[in-house]
Amino acid sequence: MKHFVVFVTFFVLFSCKQGDSKLFKVFGEQIKVGNTIHDADTIAQIIAPYQKHINKTLDSTLAYAPRVITKEDGKYNTTAGNLMADIVMEQSKAIYKLKTGKEIDFVLLNHGGIRSIISKGNVNRRTAYEFMPFENTIVVVELNAASVMDMISYLIKAKRQHPFSGLQIILDKEGKLSSVNIQGKPFNQTKTYLVATSNYLVNGGDKMGFFKERISITETDYKIRNAIIDYFIKVDTVAPIIDNRFMKLN
Amino acid sequence: MMDRRKFIQKTSATSAFVGLNGLALNACSLETKTHITILHTNDVHSHIEAFPSNHSKFPNLGGLARRATLVDTIRKENPNTLLFDAGDIFQGTPYFNFFGGELEFKLMSMLKYDAATIGNHDFDGGIDGLYAQLPNATFNFLSANYDFTNTVLNGHVQPYKVYNVAGIKVGVFGLGIALKGLVSKKLYKETKYNDPISVAQDMSVILKEQEQCDLVICLSHLGYDYEDVNKPSDLRLAAKTEHIDLIIGGHTHTFLDKPTIATNRVGEKVLVNQVGCFGVNMGRIDFYFSTDHKKQSKGVSISV
Repeated sequence: MKHFVVFVTFFVLFSCKQGDSKLFKVFGEQIKVGNTIHDADTIAQIIAPYQKHINKTLDSTLAYAPRVITKEDGKYNTTAGNLMADIVMEQSKAIYKLKTGKEIDFVLLNHGGIRSIISKGNVNRRTAYEFMPFENTIVVVELNAASVMDMISYLIKAKRQHPFSGLQIILDKEGKLSSVNIQGKPFNQTKTYLVATSNYLVNGGDKMGFFKERISITETDYKIRNAIIDYFIKVDTVAPIIDNRFMKLN
Repeated sequence: MMDRRKFIQKTSATSAFVGLNGLALNACSLETKTHITILHTNDVHSHIEAFPSNHSKFPNLGGLARRATLVDTIRKENPNTLLFDAGDIFQGTPYFNFFGGELEFKLMSMLKYDAATIGNHDFDGGIDGLYAQLPNATFNFLSANYDFTNTVLNGHVQPYKVYNVAGIKVGVFGLGIALKGLVSKKLYKETKYNDPISVAQDMSVILKEQEQCDLVICLSHLGYDYEDVNKPSDLRLAAKTEHIDLIIGGHTHTFLDKPTIATNRVGEKVLVNQVGCFGVNMGRIDFYFSTDHKKQSKGVSISV
């Protein structure tokens, strides 16, 4: 028996070309994680309490919307745009004043930043997540009068109604700029203005080049969505209207 | 499937000859075959739950509980399986906003992920937020080009790790994207970014020559490909380096129909794969090893 083992070992070592393991074949594919695969119970059980907590928090009613709120309902300004811009103004002005001692002059956001309608009925945190799913924060930039004028031209040319608040743009019958008011006062060529906006737009989003010409920038670290949620908590009714902040004279 | 059948045929044929001229035949069938399966995800972005059936883009797709079943089935089929993630585990659903990544790491640990690299969005809770979730992760964090020396992550992220799977040494290293301009400095703090291509070359030499790895895998969050050829990407990484067998990519949410076969700087084939995002797909790469010189001499055949 011993001899047999020695013989086999000898044979394997010297008679057959067997060496180190080497790679000789590779096969690659993508597997779709579809609903033909059942859920692993152990995992589903771990998820369940987290899911319950999220749903409970997201779905608890904060306010009421008596009408649908959408960014498609006005030619020059819309209920959804006005709501978002007015919320950013209302929620950030106190924070900014506390931080810098200064007053925000107006707010500019972008049409694309509004991601869904707000349906008639109860408004909750989930509404805010759908309305504003992005993690953008509110920043305040100081612009000189020339940059503000560039912004006005951009807004007049834009095919979409970018939300703003604290600013009024009036066009004449021909659609040319007639007047600009900021905080109810006529636009002043010699002043600089403090504009609250989103960090996304300041970083080049939606080709708002005038933000590149800023004199200064202050990050509030306040997420737009959190401002919306805080506002929903504060109010009972969410009922923005289309107004004359951006209008054309007849 | 094909191989298993061949293997069975071969085994039965061999046993039929035992006793006659068995020794000579048996000796050469002592070939040791090893099959390593690599599974991977990227850019799951906190998509714990599957998409609902009315979702316009990914109806009924994804979900951690399903992925667990899939991984489990494959592991039963081949215990020599490693599971990796190429970053951006965080951010994208309220699970992250509410729990800061706790559930993502807990579930990935339950699925027995072996390692992940760090994506730009994994800094979204700040480097301190990422650090705070580390106790929930039983898997390794690998990044060779982020220098965390002056941060809380110092000592918690390794450049690479060698996994010994059934006698096969699998060397894995991680690469991250430039953070400046992509992530606020307040979030990544003193994390330093080093050029991924030169770091990758150093890593692959260490893994191939020093660590004597049989297989070298890169977990990359650089992105698949860019118009700007100077921007580091997975395809560029593949072309500019050698010794890497597989690049598991992320960041660009690229849905490839099948893994890409690229060519490295010495003309060898490199597999580059990325599975889109949100856990909709999982990548599977099977590596077959043999001690048989005849098989080895034909070079590596890659089919996708």
